[in-house]
Amino acid sequence: MTTLDPRTAMHISEAAVSVELETPDMTLNIGPQHPSTHGVLRLVAKVDGERVESVEPVIGYMHRGYEKLSEVRTYAQITALVNRIDWVSGFANEIPFIRAVEELAGIEPPPRAQYIRMILTELARIASHLVFMSSYPLELGATTPLMHSLRERERVLELIESVTGGRFHPNFNRVGGVKPVAGGGTDQKKVSQDLPKGFLQETRDAMDKVIDVCVDIDDLVTGNEVIHARTVGVGVIPADIALKYGLSGGNLRASGVDFDLRKHEDVLPYSSMDFEVPLGRNGDCYDRYMVRLEEIRQAARIIQQAIDGLPSGPLQAKVPRILKVPTGTTYVRAENPKGEMGYYVVSQGGKIPYRVKIRSASFSNLSILPWILEGALVPDLVAIMGSLDFVLGDVDR
Amino acid sequence: MNFWLELLVKIALILAVMLPGALVVIYGELKISAHMQSRIGPYFAGGRFGWAQPLADGLKFMQKEDLVPAAADDAVFRLAPYVVMMGTLATFVIVPFGPDLIAEDLDLGLFYLLAVSSLTTLGVLMAGWSSGNKYSMIGGLRAAAQLIAYELPLVLAAVAVAVQAGTMSLQGIVAAQTETVFSIGGFDVALPFLLKGQVIGFAIFVVAGLAELSRIPFDMPIAESELTMGYLTEYSGLRFTMFFLGEYAGMVSMAAIVSTLFLGGYWVPGVDPDMLNVVGPLVLVAKVAIICFVFIWFRWTWPRLREDQLQSLAWRWLIPAALVNIVLTGIAKVVL
Repeated sequence: MTTLDPRTAMHISEAAVSVELETPDMTLNIGPQHPSTHGVLRLVAKVDGERVESVEPVIGYMHRGYEKLSEVRTYAQITALVNRIDWVSGFANEIPFIRAVEELAGIEPPPRAQYIRMILTELARIASHLVFMSSYPLELGATTPLMHSLRERERVLELIESVTGGRFHPNFNRVGGVKPVAGGGTDQKKVSQDLPKGFLQETRDAMDKVIDVCVDIDDLVTGNEVIHARTVGVGVIPADIALKYGLSGGNLRASGVDFDLRKHEDVLPYSSMDFEVPLGRNGDCYDRYMVRLEEIRQAARIIQQAIDGLPSGPLQAKVPRILKVPTGTTYVRAENPKGEMGYYVVSQGGKIPYRVKIRSASFSNLSILPWILEGALVPDLVAIMGSLDFVLGDVDR
Repeated sequence: MNFWLELLVKIALILAVMLPGALVVIYGELKISAHMQSRIGPYFAGGRFGWAQPLADGLKFMQKEDLVPAAADDAVFRLAPYVVMMGTLATFVIVPFGPDLIAEDLDLGLFYLLAVSSLTTLGVLMAGWSSGNKYSMIGGLRAAAQLIAYELPLVLAAVAVAVQAGTMSLQGIVAAQTETVFSIGGFDVALPFLLKGQVIGFAIFVVAGLAELSRIPFDMPIAESELTMGYLTEYSGLRFTMFFLGEYAGMVSMAAIVSTLFLGGYWVPGVDPDMLNVVGPLVLVAKVAIICFVFIWFRWTWPRLREDQLQSLAWRWLIPAALVNIVLTGIAKVVL
């Protein structure tokens, strides 16, 4: 009888274990028309059964050429373009652009206009995050939070509409201030130089409702066992990787990096507001969800304070009828609901900019997809993609 | 009566009960989900309360083109919806609606039931495989994987009931639940199996039943946010309607089975046994309605689990719990 030495025996047993079923990879083409790609993103995924081996995002289906279009339009006309970039938070897109132009032209908007801009930006942030609160559970299979979130979002959009005249695309900012408010219900037929009647009180009430719906969402989603099973520990982005890929906004803060442009840049008077920047710890899908939920509450807090401290005064600074911006370049960035949004504006004098380069948050946030989806399961692919909260209009521009 | 004539009457009766039942559940789902989501739901079709909405939907589907993709395996693709429908309808053969109201009281009724109800998964797998679509295939394979995960706890939970009742005939199981347990003031109290110690079994059976129905939180074979529509992606028109009806008919049949095994079926306390043939069907319908409501409630409040999480739930929790349940039932049966 021959005896095997332990080492050989181990090799033999390992050899027996390592014989696996040979399975060919399948190429799964997800999108551009797919329920969970938020528009027209296409993912070419190599999958081995349910496991994703690699993912190649294909973008550009939504390219509208806004940077080029900006080169043949006056500054006032460009605001109508830029609020179409990230259409779920149209107003917030206008802010960095208009501030860049104001910086180049050396115009300082009056404080009341700045406060109104801040209120509307935060309303846009709430609207955007409520869209996330509705679509993300939907991607995980829960349909009911959608209706509850969108109901309150409708209230917020009505507020934005009552001031700006547009639900999605306000086009409300002018160089040096904000547009005179048109209409404003039955009481104010004429063009008014101020906010519509009752707007401040309605906003306060709406903020209470928004806080209420946050509690609803907490009950329906946050405490749900299945949501925990699907999101905790899924799609973990460590802080250094997040910084490497240029993530910003809620995605970066969920990884524990304390970076919020509202605290760092004085684009809008956030420095006189008292609010917290929610941070996550693990950088998983659950943290990204929780950060956004908390940001809704903080935005409501900012709005309450801004209404309390709303200064009186004009809405517009003195601006020449035909605005000519002196030669110069600037880069102004602000905290969009999706992350850092910046405009690099080059002026060579005259009525139209020479070049406008748009830095949009979703584009950088989406760039992490190949890294984070490698080795994920197909259901997690949807969970991770949804948690990054990108909008394809913001990616392609 | 002639055997064939009798068979025909029975089939007609089952269809007459099942298909309207499925329509009512569809309507219930539309309305209940609407009210859970602060909507109104169907409102116009039929004049009042939108009662005709399921019929209108069915008619609409009938008018749609019945597409068979070029890459599909034609025969299998066309056959699959009928397999699903058949599997669902066949379970109704042995569901008792009253002491005499049963199509066929088989001695191995429970066994037959569990065997036949797995047929629907075969239909789903056929649909997924033959569609010639990668999403459909993943959906079909998920359904097959799901079958392995939930079928065992489902069977084991039912075994405990069979042990306690001492029979596998569904009439026998209902009869076992009508036996007097104790009397208070001359009033004989009988308890359904749910109250006679089958709490764990009931929970396992409902969870596994949800998985068999592929409803949220176990609707991974469809998973519209991941697989567009899973195995249903390529179906349209009447064949889609077959799947759709089959899903809701399956819900009714699963609810009927749960109420028969655990809630006393057609039996209700305080009714003269002779009257049960009249009252029984109504009682069963009421119990079915309650369970269907719970299924709908789950669907509109819960997200979807992941396939591997279902496997882990089934193999690490449900199956051991079901085995323990059988042992406990056996001990109780011997001791008491």
